[in-house]
Amino acid sequence: MANKHDITLTVNGKDYSLTVEPRRTLADALRDDCGLTGTHLGCEHGVCGACTVLVDDKPVRSCLMFAVQAEGRAVRTVEGLAKGDVLHPLQKAFWENHGLQCGFCTPGFLMLAAGALEADPDLSEEEIRDILSSNLCRCTGYQNIIKSVCLAANEMRACPPSADR
Amino acid sequence: MSAIGRSLKRLEDRPLLTGEGRFAADNRADGQVHMRIVRSPIAFGRILAIETEDAKSLPGVIAVWTAADIADLPPIDFRMTRIAGLEPYRQHVLARDYVRYVGDPVVAVFAEDPYTAEDAAELVFCDIEEETPCLDATADPVGFMPERDPALLSEPAVITKSYGDMEAAFAGAAAVIEMELKVGRHTGVPLEARGALAVHDPETGVLTMYGAAKVPHYNRDSIARMLGLKPEQVRLSEGHVGGGFGIRGELYPEDVLVCAAAHRLGVPVKWVEDRREHLMAANHSRDQVHRLKAAVDANGFVRGLVDTFYTDQGGYVRTHGGTVSDLAAALLPGPYLIPAYHVEGHIRLTNKTPSGTYRAPGRYETTFVRERLMDAIAARLGLDPMEVRRVNLIPEDRMPFDRGIEALGTHVLYDSGKYHDLLDRTLARIGYPDLKADFARRRATGEAVGLGIAFFVEKSGLGPHDLVTMSVQSDDTIEIITGAASVGQGIETVMAQICSDVLGVPIERIRVIHGQTDRISIGFGAFASRVTVMTGSAVKMASEALKEKAIALAAPLLQADIGALTLEMGRVVSRDSGATIGLAEIAAQSGEDLDAEGLFRADHMNYPYGIHVAQVRVDEALCGIHVERYLVAYDVGRAINPMLIEGQIVGAAAQGIGGALLEEFVYSEEGQPLATSFADYLMPTCHEMPPVEVLLREDAPSPQNPLGVKGAGEGGITAVGAAIAAAVDDALGRPGLITSLPIAPSRLHTLLRR
Ligand code: FES
Ligand code: FES
Repeated sequence: MANKHDITLTVNGKDYSLTVEPRRTLADALRDDCGLTGTHLGCEHGVCGACTVLVDDKPVRSCLMFAVQAEGRAVRTVEGLAKGDVLHPLQKAFWENHGLQCGFCTPGFLMLAAGALEADPDLSEEEIRDILSSNLCRCTGYQNIIKSVCLAANEMRACPPSADR
Repeated sequence: MSAIGRSLKRLEDRPLLTGEGRFAADNRADGQVHMRIVRSPIAFGRILAIETEDAKSLPGVIAVWTAADIADLPPIDFRMTRIAGLEPYRQHVLARDYVRYVGDPVVAVFAEDPYTAEDAAELVFCDIEEETPCLDATADPVGFMPERDPALLSEPAVITKSYGDMEAAFAGAAAVIEMELKVGRHTGVPLEARGALAVHDPETGVLTMYGAAKVPHYNRDSIARMLGLKPEQVRLSEGHVGGGFGIRGELYPEDVLVCAAAHRLGVPVKWVEDRREHLMAANHSRDQVHRLKAAVDANGFVRGLVDTFYTDQGGYVRTHGGTVSDLAAALLPGPYLIPAYHVEGHIRLTNKTPSGTYRAPGRYETTFVRERLMDAIAARLGLDPMEVRRVNLIPEDRMPFDRGIEALGTHVLYDSGKYHDLLDRTLARIGYPDLKADFARRRATGEAVGLGIAFFVEKSGLGPHDLVTMSVQSDDTIEIITGAASVGQGIETVMAQICSDVLGVPIERIRVIHGQTDRISIGFGAFASRVTVMTGSAVKMASEALKEKAIALAAPLLQADIGALTLEMGRVVSRDSGATIGLAEIAAQSGEDLDAEGLFRADHMNYPYGIHVAQVRVDEALCGIHVERYLVAYDVGRAINPMLIEGQIVGAAAQGIGGALLEEFVYSEEGQPLATSFADYLMPTCHEMPPVEVLLREDAPSPQNPLGVKGAGEGGITAVGAAIAAAVDDALGRPGLITSLPIAPSRLHTLLRR
């Protein structure tokens, strides 16, 4: 697998120059080459959603995408969600409503919900539940995750986190 | 305001929310090499040859090991429930002579990067002579490794326990009920798979394993023993852990291999498991068949119960030894009087993944069995299932109740409980009479709705003891060091709340260090809902000792009598002069360390208890089961942080619903595992989860610890299988229909067409 490619990944607004094999997944490139380990791997076969990141603002399973495919696109990971010390409304809601236990699935849920609510701030609880059903959590039983996302959605409608990204 | 009993936000959440968590795979060391395990592709067979030359010659490969390369490493020993005769069934870290399940580690490959390690693993060829696998734990025992040890059969032990006069119980019984019940093979499936990084420091001679979980001190001692090192030459360090559920952190072959490799190859060695490996290599659990026979009187009172059960232990006996079978045997009688009891638990080896514990081990299974029996009694005698339970429940005035048998080597003594009271409260909460009327209306329109209820007794607070050290730091924070471990359940917050309750310091100023073997001499880790009980009690004792020391040191500084001093909000206050001094100032001005220690011992476990209620609707055409409503009533004695307890209960209930309806490890006739991805091992998503209500009670505090607490980690799962089975029977109007879990659509389809 000697043929390697030089690519530039743009993650959370920052450019990373990498040399990767074509088979290298976006998840591995983010975690091991960019050092952004907030994106987690729970299954590496596209079912659990722990590796969800936003690519051009759409939730994507980074274990199912190759790093070379992400070149020239804007990748956002959990590390870019807070504005400095100020947590994103989703992060705050998860904290206040005990939406996480071990926290391993959390980055995936946060990015999935962030992408969904940016695309449609007016999602109903049913729609939110439907979207969140694409990710697995083994600790919380989901109740508090759904609650957190619904409350964050309310808050984001009332005062959108800011459009400057 | 007391810090105990409040639903405070967790201290541990911020790094987890911002991506700063450090899980096993996030650890890295310069020059690290990656391990990949080559696993047996067949269920049972004799190893004839292993060809590793091609793998070795791949550029980037550092070493390739078979059992012959590490022949000096002993098998992995038991951590718990050592029973005479189990030793020959222990697992070596790489298979010797035989493979005994698909996934049995045969070869370890070490390479510069993980992709190369996987490429090289593909080049290894194992020549294995296949033998007929044994996949049925109820079949007669067969040879364990026939050629190597012809006399060794696949039944390492039989656990028997009994009390009471069985003959009298059966003589003149109004009815005798016989049943066979089965619980499928499940496991915890934490969302983070296993992983470890081992680093050997040649200068200090210390070998450190990062990515430890659950029982770091025990694992340190075992690894040291296996590698011929002193315990102080091995250090285990726990970071964030992505869920435990009984399964993670047991000493597995891979943990020993990374440590041995780092030590022998002289480079840091990292291993991160993929999900397929996890599902066929990490401990499975459950998988029991029970055959029981009960003698009951005309009121439905169980006079005597005889049970013979079989635990499918899989390919080897791992660290838990006979724990699951022992707990099943001891705790089957649960909340009921049952004056005569005899149980025989057969531990049987098969050619499946080895088994260990999974949240509420032995109780999920036996609660299903016992509560199915209660429903069968009601059906046979034409009684209300709630009434049958009521006549059998241990009355409050019999507490503490001595069961007359042992579990895990300690006497089963139910410490406290108000069982009837909880049943009344639960029925009131669900509005039982109204609900029945509502069901009648819905059934009249053709809907198949039903209600199931199941009572359970949990156990928690396993001893023998727990140590906590505590010290005031110069920045006026308090550092608590414990040998407990965190698997995501919130122990930092709970320990801080207990400390804060005594010292009045806000929890944000309390730091809890856990899972670091170099920071504290003793540690028992986190399992069996023990941390809040054992470590929490030790924290309380240490906090009180610290308070006393603070007051003693402050007395000369404030020129006051000890008797005139109190501790308020983290400051010592003189009642006479009103002068105050903070904890860090006391340490600075007195020139002494302000620190303390707490050692809590417990001879007995304690026994929280609860009730699960499931309301389901069955779609008979699609064989789908919709859980419409779920209630868990649970008495934890005393709730330190109700929000976290409810979180534990709801999360556990989700796992229980998975086990009742979806999850199962199935095997082909050749012993090939058919559930090796999340596409075939189905877990609930938020679509399958009903709203779960929690009725949290503090009616019967435990008299066995200074906090009165009982564990809360497992009660949310214990009775799910039983409650849902009863609800499905009720919905279909076919009592006794459900005799095995999970009630997958295909199984229900077969039952409905029978
Ligand atoms: S790790 Fe990508 S979906 Fe599970
Ligand atoms: S919080 Fe542990 S997997 Fe979701």
